[in-house]
Amino acid sequence: MPMLEVKNLHVTVDGREILKGVDLTVGKGEVHAIMGPNGSGKSTLSYVLAGKPGYEATEGQVLLDGEDILGMQSDERAAKGIFLAFQYPLEIPGVATMTFLRTALNAQRKKRGEVELSTPEFLKIVREAARRLEIDTDMLRRGVNVGFSGGEKKRNEILQMALLQPRLCVLDETDSGLDIDALKIVSDGVNRLRSPDRSMVVITHYQRLLDHIVPDVVHVLSAGRIVKTGGKELALELEATGYAQFQGEAAAAP
Amino acid sequence: MNAEVRTIKTNAEQALAAAFAVAKAKLPGDRKVAALREAAFGRFDALGLPHRRVEEWKYTDLRAIIREARPIAGPPDAASMARAKTAGSLIGDMDARRIVFVNGTFVPELSDLVGLSPGLSVRSMAQALAAGDPLVEANLGKVVPAEREGVVALNTALMCDGAIIHVAKGATVERPIHLVFAATGQTPASVFTRSLVVIEQGARVMLVESHDAAAGHHVNTALEMVVGDNAHVDHIKITAGLSDLIHVSSLMASIGANARLNDFAFNLGGGVVRNQTFIRLDGEGTHAGLRGASLLKDKQHVDSTLVIDHKAGLCQSREVFAAVLDGESRGVFQGKIVVHQHAQKTDARMMTRALLLSDEAEADHKPELEIFADDVQCGHGATSGALNKDLKFYLMARGIPEKEAEALLVQAFVGEAIEGIEHAGLRDALMGQVVVWLQGRED
Repeated sequence: MPMLEVKNLHVTVDGREILKGVDLTVGKGEVHAIMGPNGSGKSTLSYVLAGKPGYEATEGQVLLDGEDILGMQSDERAAKGIFLAFQYPLEIPGVATMTFLRTALNAQRKKRGEVELSTPEFLKIVREAARRLEIDTDMLRRGVNVGFSGGEKKRNEILQMALLQPRLCVLDETDSGLDIDALKIVSDGVNRLRSPDRSMVVITHYQRLLDHIVPDVVHVLSAGRIVKTGGKELALELEATGYAQFQGEAAAAP
Repeated sequence: MNAEVRTIKTNAEQALAAAFAVAKAKLPGDRKVAALREAAFGRFDALGLPHRRVEEWKYTDLRAIIREARPIAGPPDAASMARAKTAGSLIGDMDARRIVFVNGTFVPELSDLVGLSPGLSVRSMAQALAAGDPLVEANLGKVVPAEREGVVALNTALMCDGAIIHVAKGATVERPIHLVFAATGQTPASVFTRSLVVIEQGARVMLVESHDAAAGHHVNTALEMVVGDNAHVDHIKITAGLSDLIHVSSLMASIGANARLNDFAFNLGGGVVRNQTFIRLDGEGTHAGLRGASLLKDKQHVDSTLVIDHKAGLCQSREVFAAVLDGESRGVFQGKIVVHQHAQKTDARMMTRALLLSDEAEADHKPELEIFADDVQCGHGATSGALNKDLKFYLMARGIPEKEAEALLVQAFVGEAIEGIEHAGLRDALMGQVVVWLQGRED
């Protein structure tokens, strides 16, 4: 059974249809890249997978391990193993990163019927994960993402991913706002999490992220539909030709 | 001029007049105090209970709220005193010197008066009024005169007891003083307490006031505070209680030069609470921080009204108020900053924020600035809104259930104001109360 199956998914946001029949099947352990021009519906797809309120699926199904998740709240989906790395991670002043990480991890464990981690166990795991991502543990005492640079916020997303050990990782433009060094740290962090039991959907505008996180399959999303699917060489092709060929009217423009 | 319009006295006003006529012979104080009471009652009688046409009371119409006056509380019986033993527990396990007032009367048996640190004196207002006391004579009703305040006048007329605290020049009182006000009578009563705190030059003290009251009580409490030059005072007032309480509190403080006042008001419920604060900055270089947090549900109503009067220049004042409003509760903030003509280089800022957890809750903010100096920095801000949906989604997307996500965000919201409390133990105890309140909401 595939890890994720998206079938004829139509999604409306504020009364406007953004996704117009997306079909996508991601097998266990596979990494799929979703590329496409601005406004094609990439972020909408990531939000609807994570269950953001206001993103209404009007038609179709999203199956995780064969189970329809569209009726579930975001926290239930997270406990089932879905993780969205945000394009713009939010700042939460007053909630210390440590508290946030611990609350999230234990909430998920509790929901899955696992025992909660003790403080020393938790600290050990966080410190190790933070070290690998070159995150100063002092930063974890601050409010979530408060005073973090763009790159630090992205690293913090991957830290959360490493701690929560999700089964399906959705990375929404994780490369945006990263310089080359930070891109390397973040991609290494993601690559360490690749495993036969974990699938990834990597949403990106540019090919450069895919030099680091090499996908098994590349899809092109345009105007709310997947219009082309291929191997990793498709990304290189797109880098050369651009998205204009998929954009109908835009393609006809000079 | 218009002809004097006299409104018809309400039942409550008539009952208060009758109560004063009976009580005045027994209330503590010599002839001078009696004259003070008589004059104060005259002022109250002319003004009546404040109502919505009085701008400062626009949102808290006391005349409509107090339908009938409760009888004035008598001295506490043994049962009342026994119930008062656990009063003030919201402060947690911080080590503080408890000074206990039950039903408005000082109870030495429940108070800790042993081994007062040098320079600290604590005594009963009733005793001081009866015996005559130079500190009281010099300050009572004079610290920040509030002639237009009917409830302060009523307090002066009917004050029965309270604390007199004096901290001598240069003295540092290490152990916080906890004034425990408990109204624990079985029948609902009116309680009038009046306290006076004089902190001399360079002295340092932390004062915590907690107010607990049993069902149906009406509390009118007032505190006058004189803060000398270079003194450092922390003042924390905690009000908690049921939905049928009426609690009116007035803080009047004058502050000298290069001093520091760190004031915090924590309101956990209560039927109708009015906290009015009148601060006058008399000397240069002083910092006054006034903060507060309220957590309300049902039909609870808390009105925080502040006037901060910058008489001298080079002072800083900061106001940070946060209200979390659930059910049909209502949070009112009225903050007025007055900068006098010669108070140059004043730096005054106030911020009030309300978090509405239900569609029926209401927040009213009224910031006012009156600036007569030309070289000042003054600012104010007010926000009200629901919980940030995007932040909630971010937390939930990490597996945190909705109620827990909301609780984290509420804690963060009030945390900003509570952070202003310098005592870590008390800060933690109050954050703990926020958690308890949130758990009560979930059930």
